[in-house]
Amino acid sequence: MTTQALSTAHYAEWRDYFALLKPRVMTLVVFTAACGLLAAPGHINPFLGFVAILCIAVGAGAAGALNMWYEADIDAVMKRTANRPIPAGRVAPNEALTFALALSAGSVSIMGLAVGWLAAALLAFSIFFYAVVYTVWLKRATPQNIVIGGAAGAFPPVIGWAAVTGDITLMPVILFAIIFLWTPPHFWALALFMEADYSKAGVPMLPVTHGPAVTRRQVLLYSLILVPVSLAPVALGHAGWIYGVVTALLGAVFIVDALAVARNTATVASGMAPEKRLFKFSLLYLFLLFAALVADRLILS
Amino acid sequence: MTPEESELFQARRRSRNLALGLVLVALVLLFYGITVVRMT
Repeated sequence: MTTQALSTAHYAEWRDYFALLKPRVMTLVVFTAACGLLAAPGHINPFLGFVAILCIAVGAGAAGALNMWYEADIDAVMKRTANRPIPAGRVAPNEALTFALALSAGSVSIMGLAVGWLAAALLAFSIFFYAVVYTVWLKRATPQNIVIGGAAGAFPPVIGWAAVTGDITLMPVILFAIIFLWTPPHFWALALFMEADYSKAGVPMLPVTHGPAVTRRQVLLYSLILVPVSLAPVALGHAGWIYGVVTALLGAVFIVDALAVARNTATVASGMAPEKRLFKFSLLYLFLLFAALVADRLILS
Repeated sequence: MTPEESELFQARRRSRNLALGLVLVALVLLFYGITVVRMT
């Protein structure tokens, strides 16, 4: 490390450490974890429910920090990420690593002691999965990286559920599958209009390795699997009509948007309005789907 | 370090220490709360 980086590392503000936790990703994690917790049958003391969500949030933040520590070299060359605390030189890599490991150990231990060891074990596994399996092993090795990353992002509602029930049944597995199947269309839509950035960083995203046509077909394919799976809770009797109606409407829009992406032939970002639209809608889709699940349980039961 | 740099450095160190202090207080309250809830 240069003396320059050493001295600027002392200029970190508390916000730089907070930024290492990827707070924007964390909002989605907190939301889906809280929905898993609220939708689960059974009762948890509200304070322990709060502790469980806090531990999931901090654990996810720690995984985000481990990811940023490992990826500082990629982040430095991508416009979107070059100003993150490590590539910008405000936080030294070793400090970030220590910070991340301490938060991982802390969140898993507190989850185990306060809430339960199944939830703690799932949390530990999800951190390992995101930081090691996804970030270290697969992200730079395969264009299917996003599919694997989706599995990491799909853990929070399962952990929230396990915090309440202490076991894992079919329903949390379906919630896992919904986020898992949702991630590829969501991220590949983004990757399509950000392709230049990823290609510069040498990350083998699908649009870089296989081109936009293959990526668009995959987006449509995952969307067509996602929508029926999202309706499975209704078919199995685990959710009522509120969830059913909301999810069917959301699914219809998702497929219309995915079809528009599949039909698009643009190869430059300026012609990728359908991709941008699907990307934005996919975020709304996930928020509303989980909100409907909770509304369904709170109102109908 | 120039005087301006040193001032910036101290201000940021102060903000870091304050944030860490708040985190520690929050942890104390968290463990107190967990203890009370788990005992009853």
